[in-house]
Amino acid sequence: MTMDNTILTLVAFVPLAGALLLLLFPRNDNAIRWGALAISLLTFVLSLHLPFHFDNSKVGFQFSVDHSWIGSPNIRYHLGVDGISLWLVLLTTFLVPLSVLISWHSVHDRVKEFFALLLVLETAMLGVFLSLDMFLFYVFWEATLIPMALLIGIWGHERRVYAAVKFFLYTMVASVFMLAAIIWLYVHAGSFDYATIRTKLATGEIALGGNAALWLFLGFFIAFAVKVPIFPLHTWLPDAHVEAPTAGSVLLAGVLLKMGTYGLLRFNVALFPDEARRHAPWIVALAIIGIIYGALVAMVQPNLKKLIAYSSVSHLGFCVLGIFTFTAMGTDGAVYQMLNHGVSTGALFMLAGMLYERRHTYEISEFGGLATPMPIYATFFLLITLSSIGLPLLNGFVGEFLVLNGAFQAKALFGVLAATGVIWSACYMLWMYQRVFYGQVTVPVNNTLPDANLRERIALWPTVVFALIMGVASSLWMNAIDPAVRAAIPSAAHGMEAAQKRASASRQGQPAALGSEKKSFEVSRR
Amino acid sequence: MNQIHGIDYICVLPEIILTVFGIAIMMADPLFAPKSSRKSLGILALCGAIASALATVAQSTYLSTPGDADAMSKAFFGMVAVNTFSIFFHLLIALIVIVVILASYEYLDVQHINLGEYYGLILFGAVGMMLMSSATELVLIFIALEISSIATYVLAGFRRKFASSSESSLKYFLLGSFATAFFLYGIALMFGATGSTNITEIATALRGGNTGVLAYVAIALMFVGIGFKIAAAPFHVWTPDVYEGAPAPIVGLMSTAPKAAAFAVLLRILFAAASADAFHSAWSWLVWVSAALSMTLGNIGALVQNNVKRLLAYSSIAHAGYLLVAFLGPATGPENGISAAIFYTASYATMNVGAFCIVSHLAGDGERYVTLDDYAGLSQRSPWLAAMLSIFMLSLIGIPLTGGFFAKYYVFNAALHANLVGLTVIGMINSAIAAYYYLRVIVVMYMQESKTDAPVLPVPASLGVAVILSAAATLYLGIWPQRVLDYAVRSAHDLMR
Repeated sequence: MTMDNTILTLVAFVPLAGALLLLLFPRNDNAIRWGALAISLLTFVLSLHLPFHFDNSKVGFQFSVDHSWIGSPNIRYHLGVDGISLWLVLLTTFLVPLSVLISWHSVHDRVKEFFALLLVLETAMLGVFLSLDMFLFYVFWEATLIPMALLIGIWGHERRVYAAVKFFLYTMVASVFMLAAIIWLYVHAGSFDYATIRTKLATGEIALGGNAALWLFLGFFIAFAVKVPIFPLHTWLPDAHVEAPTAGSVLLAGVLLKMGTYGLLRFNVALFPDEARRHAPWIVALAIIGIIYGALVAMVQPNLKKLIAYSSVSHLGFCVLGIFTFTAMGTDGAVYQMLNHGVSTGALFMLAGMLYERRHTYEISEFGGLATPMPIYATFFLLITLSSIGLPLLNGFVGEFLVLNGAFQAKALFGVLAATGVIWSACYMLWMYQRVFYGQVTVPVNNTLPDANLRERIALWPTVVFALIMGVASSLWMNAIDPAVRAAIPSAAHGMEAAQKRASASRQGQPAALGSEKKSFEVSRR
Repeated sequence: MNQIHGIDYICVLPEIILTVFGIAIMMADPLFAPKSSRKSLGILALCGAIASALATVAQSTYLSTPGDADAMSKAFFGMVAVNTFSIFFHLLIALIVIVVILASYEYLDVQHINLGEYYGLILFGAVGMMLMSSATELVLIFIALEISSIATYVLAGFRRKFASSSESSLKYFLLGSFATAFFLYGIALMFGATGSTNITEIATALRGGNTGVLAYVAIALMFVGIGFKIAAAPFHVWTPDVYEGAPAPIVGLMSTAPKAAAFAVLLRILFAAASADAFHSAWSWLVWVSAALSMTLGNIGALVQNNVKRLLAYSSIAHAGYLLVAFLGPATGPENGISAAIFYTASYATMNVGAFCIVSHLAGDGERYVTLDDYAGLSQRSPWLAAMLSIFMLSLIGIPLTGGFFAKYYVFNAALHANLVGLTVIGMINSAIAAYYYLRVIVVMYMQESKTDAPVLPVPASLGVAVILSAAATLYLGIWPQRVLDYAVRSAHDLMR
């Protein structure tokens, strides 16, 4: 029992234990708030052990724990992190204390339940990133649903019940397909273990006869595509985001969406590289549609929170694009963009929530000239806006640059189309910023709005600081991400060129229809 | 062997204990003043149920010594067989009865039902159910079925002041006796076809062939009779009306214990007696159709229900359908359908009986508060009950970490091993539909404001114990299913021996 093989269990389950502890607290709202903050900070401090003891030179999973849980089916309690999940775990533990801070006064009804659910949600989210047993992964995946749906449905805004049910059903129905794929793999591999299944798939020990590979790929893909969300499966997202309480939005955008892109990388690309390459054309097309469509829809939103929600659709499009370029650079960028989006969009939702606390509306037309009464708040908002649109020296730039670089390597058209997304995002974000903060105060009541108070500033400072550090010292993160990414896509270094060759080689003997599709894709590449 | 040995009585010890306690309750009942509470009789009944559970555990210690296994296994000239299979169901039924008695303890006072025979009838019913799971003789199975049925017919009508309860009782009685007649007719035809009513001898005769078409008809008729008891479509129409009118704790009982016993009988008839290849293909399409119909009709029916008891009634039809899917799995091997079915009965019983405990508490005087509107805002009025009911609902959906998940997993896994992809897909789609209406209960409890003046009575200790027992069992089966599954696998093996 050393620290290295208990740390993941500790990180994952301290929030859950804390939630149970909170339930035993007397109904003293302040004590509960402080308790939740202490527990989430403790989890964050514990999780800091990981980056400081993570060995970048080693490929594969570290800090592993592996115990037998259930004998039939053979389910193991198997946790571990690699360079990809490491930072997603840190992102989660980083955002939860901020969510607690941001909910300090905005949640005044059933405070105990709120913070308990928030901590349960944290355990579930961490479990998703830590699990190396596919069954365990599915359990945590489903477990995120219940607290999140309750957070939306109980503490949300007017149409909260509709949004909560839509969120739950969308995700649950989609993940049934993933469960079917996981069980299929179990039946053929005799194990739920991620590494075992990956090896057996790679060596051909699991025979993927007929269309099995296709169905498995699609089974995982649907579950993750809904979560990301990839156009046209995104319709639950604006509802859920707009109706959720601020902390719910922060974690939904900051962490839950990343579960989708993480899954795409971990399962779809790493387990079924050939299928992933075969289907890359239309997935990339959907990602680019998502980037442009999300941006255009964001531009016309009269509602601040909905604008941020659609900007997520656009930003996540970059992540999907980066992953499906099969270049190390693109995928590095995608992983980095996941972290950036977590920090900057999380912060944007926090900022929007602060405005809502003051005015109880998200309508952009209700604001205007806010920079005068709220200068500090306006400065924070500006920094985060710039980080979100990818200004050099801030975090968003690094991720978008890498993704676009990868996209150009794969195919110039991808890069050109996706790059317009950067322009669009500058348009809608800056236009929104102008309408909300510049000019004269148009609605008199806004003159009296108090500026960001100490608690709010404490919640915002970390995001701004990280936006800057991640912008200028990306190697701190990249040193761990890059080897893990290269391990996840073996031929990543060779780019899509090799990928295409491998895909066509593995496809010999397929019907002509598929061949022609490949050809058209190759033609359009030139 | 023409004499009855002492050990034979140990084989029916749990039944004997229940009978003795039941008779004691009946005899003690007149000693109470007419309008007085019968709580002390409830304690007596609880002791009886616990004693019979302990007796069942004692039986299993006999089995643990391998040499005695055969001496224990058959009693009364091969009419009763005690093995892990029967012990599993005995224990399950005893536990259900314990929980139901705990739930009834305060319920009867709230409803002003001051009749001691309520407890007596529960125990007598349990005798029948237990015998159903250990009897290896069709005639004895029939008698046991009648014992359990008649007790539940009467129990269904215990809210005597309400027309709905009498309707429930009468409907259940008329349709039920019709169905048992089918079952009896099946026995008669089986006797005609094979010359025996003993399961082992029937199995030998059927395996030998030359039984003619009569045996097929007999199996079909018996399936009709049992299909009624387990509320499988198309023999399910009585369920919503009967469940709606009957007292809530009794619905908790009759939607789980007699069903479990009936499934035990069905397993015995289909697998122990008629597992020969020719018969397997003959009855498997019957089960296929019934399973698909039950899942679909049950879930679609539940979608539009506003009364929680009716909702759970349709849900129980759907679950009978899932359970029947297990019957189509392979009979032997590590992932066989029999053990999946056994596991499912246990896991279904824990979550359903738990849900009905809560329903019976919330119903209030005269069972006035049983619609979904009455559950609105429950999370604020009674956070613990809402949380517990949510666990049961999530388990009924089949969310991981609850018993309902592994129950479904084992069932569909068995079906896939028998290459029943179509039925598995139907089942999966049905599970997704079902999520909607179970979720609605949670949504109403947590996300709506209270609509009624429904008083929140403090949770009595007995009910608290019942709910916590059920919830703990539901979570236990969802987190550590291994032990129960191992026992189910052994039971399946013993059944097929």
